[in-house]
Amino acid sequence: MQKIDTDVAIIGAGGAGLRAAIALAEADPKLRIALISKVYPMRSHTCAAEGGAAGVVKADDSFDQHFNDTVGGSDWLCDQDAVEVFINEAPRELIQLEHWGCPWSREPDGSVAVRPFGGMKIKRTWFAADKTGFHLLHTLVQTSLKYPTIERFDQHYTTDLLVEDGRCQGCTALDMRTGQLKQFNARAVIICAGGAGRIFPFTTNGAIKTGDGMALAYRAGVPLKDMEFVQYHPTGMPGTGILLTEGCRGEGAVLLNRHGYRYLQDYGMGPETPLGHPVLKTMELGPRDRLSQAFWHEQQKGNTVPTQWGDCVHLDMRHLGEAKINERLPFVRELASSYLQLDPVTELIPIRPVVHYMMGGIHTGIDAETPLPGLFAAGECACVSINGANRLGSNSLTELLVFGKRAALSAAAYIDSGEKTLNDAALDKQAEEAQGRIRDLFLKTNGTESIAGLRGEMTHTMETGAGIYRTEVSLNETCEKIAELRHRYAGIELQDKSNVFNTDLFSALELKCMLDVAEAVAVAARERKESRGSHQRLDFEQRDDANYLKHSLAYHQGDQSPRIDHLDVVITKSPPGVRDYSGE
Amino acid sequence: MSRRPYVRELPRTTWWLKNGRYKRYIAREITCIFIGVYTAVLLFGVKRLSEGEAAYQGFLDALNHPLFILFHLLALGFATYNSITWFGVTPKAIRIQVGEDFAPDGVVAGAHYAGWIAISLVVLFMAGI
Amino acid sequence: MSERQIELEILRYDPEKDQAPEFQTYSVPCQEEWVVLDAINYVKDHIDATLSYRWSCRMAVCGSCGMMINGEPVLSCKAFLRDYPDRIRVEPLQNFPIERDLVVVLDDFLEKLNRVKPYIIPKENRSLEDGEHKQTPAQLKRFKQYSMCINCQLCYAACPQYGLTGHFIGPAALALAHRYNQDSRDAGRREREEIVATNEGVWECSFVGACSEVCPKHVDPAAAIQQMKIGSLIDWYQEHLMPWSKR
Repeated sequence: MQKIDTDVAIIGAGGAGLRAAIALAEADPKLRIALISKVYPMRSHTCAAEGGAAGVVKADDSFDQHFNDTVGGSDWLCDQDAVEVFINEAPRELIQLEHWGCPWSREPDGSVAVRPFGGMKIKRTWFAADKTGFHLLHTLVQTSLKYPTIERFDQHYTTDLLVEDGRCQGCTALDMRTGQLKQFNARAVIICAGGAGRIFPFTTNGAIKTGDGMALAYRAGVPLKDMEFVQYHPTGMPGTGILLTEGCRGEGAVLLNRHGYRYLQDYGMGPETPLGHPVLKTMELGPRDRLSQAFWHEQQKGNTVPTQWGDCVHLDMRHLGEAKINERLPFVRELASSYLQLDPVTELIPIRPVVHYMMGGIHTGIDAETPLPGLFAAGECACVSINGANRLGSNSLTELLVFGKRAALSAAAYIDSGEKTLNDAALDKQAEEAQGRIRDLFLKTNGTESIAGLRGEMTHTMETGAGIYRTEVSLNETCEKIAELRHRYAGIELQDKSNVFNTDLFSALELKCMLDVAEAVAVAARERKESRGSHQRLDFEQRDDANYLKHSLAYHQGDQSPRIDHLDVVITKSPPGVRDYSGE
Repeated sequence: MSRRPYVRELPRTTWWLKNGRYKRYIAREITCIFIGVYTAVLLFGVKRLSEGEAAYQGFLDALNHPLFILFHLLALGFATYNSITWFGVTPKAIRIQVGEDFAPDGVVAGAHYAGWIAISLVVLFMAGI
Repeated sequence: MSERQIELEILRYDPEKDQAPEFQTYSVPCQEEWVVLDAINYVKDHIDATLSYRWSCRMAVCGSCGMMINGEPVLSCKAFLRDYPDRIRVEPLQNFPIERDLVVVLDDFLEKLNRVKPYIIPKENRSLEDGEHKQTPAQLKRFKQYSMCINCQLCYAACPQYGLTGHFIGPAALALAHRYNQDSRDAGRREREEIVATNEGVWECSFVGACSEVCPKHVDPAAAIQQMKIGSLIDWYQEHLMPWSKR
């Protein structure tokens, strides 16, 4: 087996992974960096983010405000020390991106412009038209080319972490072009492999968001934190699930039910604000969880618009005018025209909530370190937690930068802090075992299950039982179903037994990751008997700080369902309060 | 290593038959042959002019041959086609930013047409027309 | 939502089994509003799991799913069935070696992207404390269009020069060089000129214009290349006719 000896292995080359790689290369040019990604870096799903990245930079804003908006938005489940660090480092990171060439949209005087975004009292979202994630990602990819110490391993699917002596010492990854497994001996590993929206049937997420990184850490004994918190973005296109950015609402778009009524005012986000003049943090600029939940209630009442793709509500941008839409939201106009054949300048756009982001993920501290020494994580795959029970839009692009860099500096410090010898013999053996597991998958015959079949059953039960609103009954069914699917996974036989770019194999490996992650989500959701943020229970409708002002920790138990433990939330300045999104 | 990337070569002489876009490109480029031949004829005419009135008159008589007239008509047609397509793409090569926006394509293309007309008028004037 | 039966003719190639690529036809029941990618996914999920291809975002921003569909390079996630007849031919992107089925080898493109120094070569040493560079909306607009490239390589598939002379740096890489040249924060134009104003760079381009026609993001790489040609011409004349003037 080909062995690569390196200092830091970064798994995932999206916004967080690239930022970490650059930070490492700048911190110490002597460090060898292996940037491992199953896709070419510019394909990473960061490219699909549209709206913007939040950071305090304008005179009318303050760190306290950003802090309060984020903590309140998280329904007080975030760790406030982490949020403190996050909001403080945000502006520097965004300016750094500007220096690297990110084409931020500007004020007439040439300074960076900011737009309003959901759940924020003051506008602070930096944006690059409505393709912020795309520009951010490409700026990082192109900037990373300056550093010769970043060695890229594109199209390598990481299968296992190598853990020995209680430390993470590397990983194994499949070279997708040859089917050969490679062994990476590394002194530190940073996982930046993104979220797992693909465990649900309707999602803004691309095909590659299958929770591979989360599963890697999970199986190595690192707990997954707060997995029950799954964010539904309120404005996804029906059918495809493609994202229409929150930036639309930031520019003044409104949501209407079938009666043409701005229904959000009935759900504690009123009073109705004047058309085209959004008031921050109320009505359509409320937080994502509240907006998605309002949709569900409207649906129960029969107020949603029936369409060929199911129930929707309408996004109305007509009053914004063609000029503004072309300048600020050109991508949105193009998406609606192509995929729905509707023009937002003159027509109402049907939308519905779709799964968008996982607040939960690999448990890390504020320096991106996991409980496993030598293993770090950053980005959507990690849970620090700064997002708590609900993430505010435009915090996550900034999160990639802040924690990508922090993870890099932590990894560098970890390597510096003492001799990190690698136990070669033990690692070789583990790598052989990883190879063996893949070989077993190839050798399996008499298959009884299909990958697409299991995947379809998984996504169906997740949406039905662990969707926007959950009950004990629905969650029990989902937990049982997922456990059953995990068991039935053993019946998968690969139809493609070739070596060169075998996507049947990759799909099978991704499915296994998704099933593990889905089970963590469902079991954690069943365990949390309260409603908070994006986790809403019809049988436990109130927030219960006495019992549940805690993070959930899901521990992998092999073939068994995960064990759930708890961890106190870190409260510094802001004791739990009421989330008030009314305009009063 | 079981990789064996397969290379599909573009056929070197017939690649342009693949689609309409390529055919139009070759048609545009082929016009240069006519323009080249016309230029050669013109230069030959200048040479004849330098050899005296009789030689030059012989050249002019030869141009009256129907085939030559046909050739010149074709050359004129192709030169016009070439110029029009060329002027049409000049806005891509020359971008003039006025304030925030770029000048409409018509401005740059129009300037080329204007220049063409102006020079043509000068030539015609000098030729005594 | 009505259904349509589509015959997908897909060029298959498994290097371990096949001497050369061959077409395989699949009959796919499709929904009217599907894109070709949806039909291909249906084949993989329900008919033939051995079909390999790249895709991710489904919204024409990641650049993974470029293919030749009925002879034209398009993003399969944006190729709406409503625009195609019942028989659709799907092949991997032209001008790239086939790795497997619809997956092509992109090493050459990545090497060229790297070569043109596609990053800010700063004018001044600016610290983060100095804040952002001031860049007016007009200055942003000068290069914005060229920054929209999603690296989907449809332009390389369309470009006959790239197909005929493999050393051509190519539309996307050159457009990206131009993007940085036009950025008011960058001072690297001369440095990039050494690389792009060469026989492998802009001077290989004969302005076929196919690249700009197929670009799904309206980047207009052909325009970028012609602009760089003019820029390099002016530089050349300036250097040779006015050698006293500063570079």
